[in-house]
Amino acid sequence: MGIKEEIKKAKIGIEFDERVRSGSFLQVDQNVEFSESFSNSVEVLEINEALKRYDWLKKYMWRVIPKEKDDYTRIASEEFNGYFVRSFKGEKVEFPVETCLYMNSPEEVQKVHNIVIAEESSELHLVTGCTLSKRAKFGLHIGITEFFVKKGAKLSYTMIHSWRDDTRVMPRSGILVEKGGTYVSNYLNTSPVKELQTYPTAYLDDDAKASFNSIVFGYRSSIIDIGSRAYLRGEKSKVEMISKSIASGGEIIARGQIIGEGKGSKGHLECNGLMLKDGIIRTIPELEARRLDVELSHEAAIGKVAEEEIEYLMSRGLSEEESISTIVGGFLSFDIKGVPDYLKREINKAIEVGQMRLL
Amino acid sequence: MLKVAYLHAGTDEVEILKGVNLYVREGEIHVIFGPNGSGKSTLFHVIIGSRKYTIKKGRIFFKGEDVTELGINERSRLGIGIAFQKPPTVKGLRLIDLVRLLLSKYKRVSEDEVLKFSEMLGVEHLLEREVNRGFSGGELKKGELIQLFAQDPDLIMLDEPDSGVDMESVEVIGRAIEIMLRRKDGRSAIIVTHTGEILDHLNADVAHMMIDGRIVCMGEPDEILDSIRRWGYSGCLERCMRGETLGNKGGDKKG
Repeated sequence: MGIKEEIKKAKIGIEFDERVRSGSFLQVDQNVEFSESFSNSVEVLEINEALKRYDWLKKYMWRVIPKEKDDYTRIASEEFNGYFVRSFKGEKVEFPVETCLYMNSPEEVQKVHNIVIAEESSELHLVTGCTLSKRAKFGLHIGITEFFVKKGAKLSYTMIHSWRDDTRVMPRSGILVEKGGTYVSNYLNTSPVKELQTYPTAYLDDDAKASFNSIVFGYRSSIIDIGSRAYLRGEKSKVEMISKSIASGGEIIARGQIIGEGKGSKGHLECNGLMLKDGIIRTIPELEARRLDVELSHEAAIGKVAEEEIEYLMSRGLSEEESISTIVGGFLSFDIKGVPDYLKREINKAIEVGQMRLL
Repeated sequence: MLKVAYLHAGTDEVEILKGVNLYVREGEIHVIFGPNGSGKSTLFHVIIGSRKYTIKKGRIFFKGEDVTELGINERSRLGIGIAFQKPPTVKGLRLIDLVRLLLSKYKRVSEDEVLKFSEMLGVEHLLEREVNRGFSGGELKKGELIQLFAQDPDLIMLDEPDSGVDMESVEVIGRAIEIMLRRKDGRSAIIVTHTGEILDHLNADVAHMMIDGRIVCMGEPDEILDSIRRWGYSGCLERCMRGETLGNKGGDKKG
């Protein structure tokens, strides 16, 4: 089986079909296999190639993530590959650009540094699938991604990850959203992982908006520490964070931090946890208001599948298993805003696949 | 249709039903009156097979089959349907998606018919909403009826379909129950009601009064309701025990 087939089989939303994609990028371990744009509205390049081509790009490297942030950023700063994706000014990129980071060798440390720019008033949707082959054991994935959403631009970033219980995953992301820009992040990891730790940080300018949605499943011996942070710097900037965690083992820490600095800025944080079998779910929400007129809120709820709801659906004739899966399906469903309908369908399909594995 | 014989049931700590007998023939509509905490809702939960309660003694027969040991979903698949008094919210599940699941399971009703039924109830907008999430009192009742309609059961148990509902809604709920019953000959219903308002829009055949886990009185629905309204539950019970006629007609049915 070729790598493309292996990736397709992983059901992480990677299509390699230019009829439904505006561009594709595939990196296997440290090597870029291909990077191509199928549209005039967007460019997709290997990061090192892009750095050679555009002198100005250097200024974007390590701009929203400190190089010295931690050991992982330091490792990734020495040697890396990755993608550069940019939608051009005023262009609406119809189909998503897909990028795939694939780990194929044993004990590989995959180091990635990506730059994504949505130029002024453009619209770009990015889908990233990360997965690994059977051969890749005890892998470590370090992915640095810096996003720049220019004035009035819209950028959505959907990550569908499929790891394994011997993989350690350390994505590091920073996002700068300029005036009136919109950034949407959807993160989905429904497979086992040894350790996953990520805490993307967004900086929002005037009237900028961001939303972070995540769904993670915790399996036995998985340690998942996931969250997002937003600095509401600009006037009337706005953020919404919704996380859904299901534990059937392991430990999930769902974090969130909103710092309200801008006049009339607003933020809402929501952590939902479902205890399916064993495991631990911990939510750590932090709200910080630095002005009088900032509005911040959070809600958090953790519980098991309620017996009352199971019986309710059973009284309609559903079996116990069907009832539980219907309730879990309901828990996981969310109205994904800011992405095209067909992308919503792909995300929902990936959720379903994950759910089938879980139950 | 349904025979409940000498039923003792409750939680692990408390016995709530203390020997209930109930016999519902095909095509009959029964009403159960009774004060709060008398065990009316528990009786429904035990008939449907809720695991919250255990049966200590007695049997439940449905269509001649002993269903006492069957699971909840097995009973509903046999044709017992229930509209709960306080149904839980199922987050993220749209009512229409639950309805579609039921339609595909039972294959008795079409989606079009459900839509018409919902329009008749005046709540077709609820179909797009999450099951029971943020529903008003009347919407909860109507949402339950929509699910029941999709399920199309032979025995319909309605737990206080008229409580917390405005007068117009009670009328439309009464009509909805009639529509469901008329879909097939010989269907039966048991209705728990506090206020008896639903009886203004529905002709019931037999009424029971339940007090402290027992059915203590049986008779003509209008008469029993009238008696409860005049003398209260205890007054009605006293007269019933003394064998007095409860109303103008038929003192022979008390038991």
